[in-house]
Amino acid sequence: MMHQSDDRYKMVERTMKKLGYDRSGLIETLHTAQETFGYLENETLKFIARRLKLPFSKVYGVATFYHFFRLKPKGKHTTVICMGTACYIKGADKILASLEEKFGIKAGETTKDSLLSLLTARCVGSCSLAPIAIYDDKPVGKLSLEQSLQEVEEMIS
Amino acid sequence: MITSLEELQELAQKKRCNEDSCKDELRVCIGSSCVALGSDQLQKDLAKEIKQDDAKKKKCRVKGVGCNGLCSAAIMVSKYHSSKDEEVIYGDINCDDKEKLKELIEDDSILSEKKLDMSGAFFTEQKKIVLENAGIVDPNDIEDYIAHDGYLALFTSLEELTPMEVVEEVKLSGLRGRGGGGYPTGLKWETVAKVESDQKYIVCNGDEGDPGAFMDRAVMEADPHKIIEGMTLAGFACGASQGYIYVRAEYPTAVEKLNRAIKQARKHGILGNNIANTSFSFDIEVRLGGGAFVCGEATSLVTSIEGNRGNPRQKPPHLSDYGLWGEPTILNNVETFANIAPILRNGGAWYKAIGTEKSAGTKVFALTGHIKNTGLVEVPMGITLRDLIYEVGGGVPEGSKLKAIQTGGPSGGCIPESMLDTKVDYDSLKDVGSIMGSGGLIVMDESSNMVEVARFFMDFCKSESCGKCVPCRVGTTELTDLLDKFLKKEAKPSDFDLLKDMCEVVKDGSLCGLGQTAPNPVLSTIKYFEEEYLEGIKND
Repeated sequence: MMHQSDDRYKMVERTMKKLGYDRSGLIETLHTAQETFGYLENETLKFIARRLKLPFSKVYGVATFYHFFRLKPKGKHTTVICMGTACYIKGADKILASLEEKFGIKAGETTKDSLLSLLTARCVGSCSLAPIAIYDDKPVGKLSLEQSLQEVEEMIS
Repeated sequence: MITSLEELQELAQKKRCNEDSCKDELRVCIGSSCVALGSDQLQKDLAKEIKQDDAKKKKCRVKGVGCNGLCSAAIMVSKYHSSKDEEVIYGDINCDDKEKLKELIEDDSILSEKKLDMSGAFFTEQKKIVLENAGIVDPNDIEDYIAHDGYLALFTSLEELTPMEVVEEVKLSGLRGRGGGGYPTGLKWETVAKVESDQKYIVCNGDEGDPGAFMDRAVMEADPHKIIEGMTLAGFACGASQGYIYVRAEYPTAVEKLNRAIKQARKHGILGNNIANTSFSFDIEVRLGGGAFVCGEATSLVTSIEGNRGNPRQKPPHLSDYGLWGEPTILNNVETFANIAPILRNGGAWYKAIGTEKSAGTKVFALTGHIKNTGLVEVPMGITLRDLIYEVGGGVPEGSKLKAIQTGGPSGGCIPESMLDTKVDYDSLKDVGSIMGSGGLIVMDESSNMVEVARFFMDFCKSESCGKCVPCRVGTTELTDLLDKFLKKEAKPSDFDLLKDMCEVVKDGSLCGLGQTAPNPVLSTIKYFEEEYLEGIKND
């Protein structure tokens, strides 16, 4: 009952209710939770486990199995580099490597000042624009190495 | 509510003849590549501004349509002349062309420099069945789909055919699973139709995990009703009352379009209880995936819908006996379901006549990489790779030379330039060491290092391996490390034998398709580009 005052928990509760608190609704519930909270922290996972009458280990196991779920908060800005095959053969790996070097973080990590998260995607499905990156919500295609660095710098400044 | 075939046809006729439909149309592509360049905003702005202009409003309406195919010419906008029933396509449009597009309504000479040559092979060599509505029908409007013969196959079948006759028609068509496996769809349906059970399920695999492929995404976004119609027909044929579409959460637009389409179908009585006043009831729900490649495997996908980690299990029992929640289940890919309505509308024999004897119909490919015309194409089976690349695809850009073609993604293989006369069908591609796969086709030029490409896919399989069985979990890791040695030119001569041996072990010993096919990219590159591996061996 401790979460009653937090509207975000209500959103999660609503999804579970819609699916009849059925255990098969776990993945849908996790999606709603990530959408509302931005990421999945232990507190949220425990809440879902309690409400769906599932062991915490099961909820944690599912949350860590799927790439889409994040267990850590994102930075203020995100850069997603598409690592699909079409982007890869057009040099996405080199773009990623230069961004990693420049900002001192590996893919999947966030800078210490929480300003930038560097992420990779399996394929964003815009292969004709390869190589492509998504800066916050803005996709930019046919990237060059210099351009990618410049875009990130402009975004976080 | 539409309760009969007659009512459906009336609605289609009404929609075709109303005042709005007699106008010309500006069709703005809202496929993924065009949206990345801002086409969705362009479409909204155009629609809004034309609505405010009385003269233009009377002549033309603006429509957002699904992927037109030629993504390298994004943004694509086409003008449909209703009086001539003719479409002119303009490419490389950008958002600054908005004013010119408005002028185009009254003056056809505008933007002529951006007009695409519709007599080119890209347009003429294609045969559109799955994508027949892409670029034409508004995916947000069920009535537009109905006006283009949508749901005609469903209502005709419900009123005139028995479930077994629907199965027979699909069997006759020779359609094979478009997810890549190539299992005959009719046979799959027949097995489930014959199983006695109170509850059966129809599941659509929209979890397109192959990096470099976006065919299913385009179909879901451009023509969601076609998938609903195909699944509902499957439900009728096999006696199922519930369907699920499993879609990647990375495709939010597809999820939105499918959910909207399902809602509209329910409202029109196309999904729900007693469809077309028959005893047949069917409903569909969308379930989100979480970006796990292994969930493309049938047993993994089903267990994921049940809310679990997507670990595969031993087969048999097959899904036709023991699928979702232990009930008989049909699992087909998006593209397979999209073929169903055209097959029942035109007859199985019509479909069978397209393509080759053993691979009937067409296949959608996502052409990418070092090729001029990148985008989505649908070609009849049996076309040679050469025609696909050089005619439809326009060849490799000036100054570079084609080296290899990759099909089938992480489960497929690389085909060298010397084998370009291979036919595109399930069996021919298998014979040369690749697979048809779901339809990703990546063209590589001389700048690509084949060992690097093999490592890229192996690394992918390594991180996507669910870890349940040892050959896949350990094998893909070891193989990645071995390939690294070759890339650093530090491999010992014995490493080459080890590499080949280990590929065989992973292939033979893994539990599911992911592991069993993971060595394919390595094996096929060893077969055709052995010298690049030998260069990585340090002789001392």
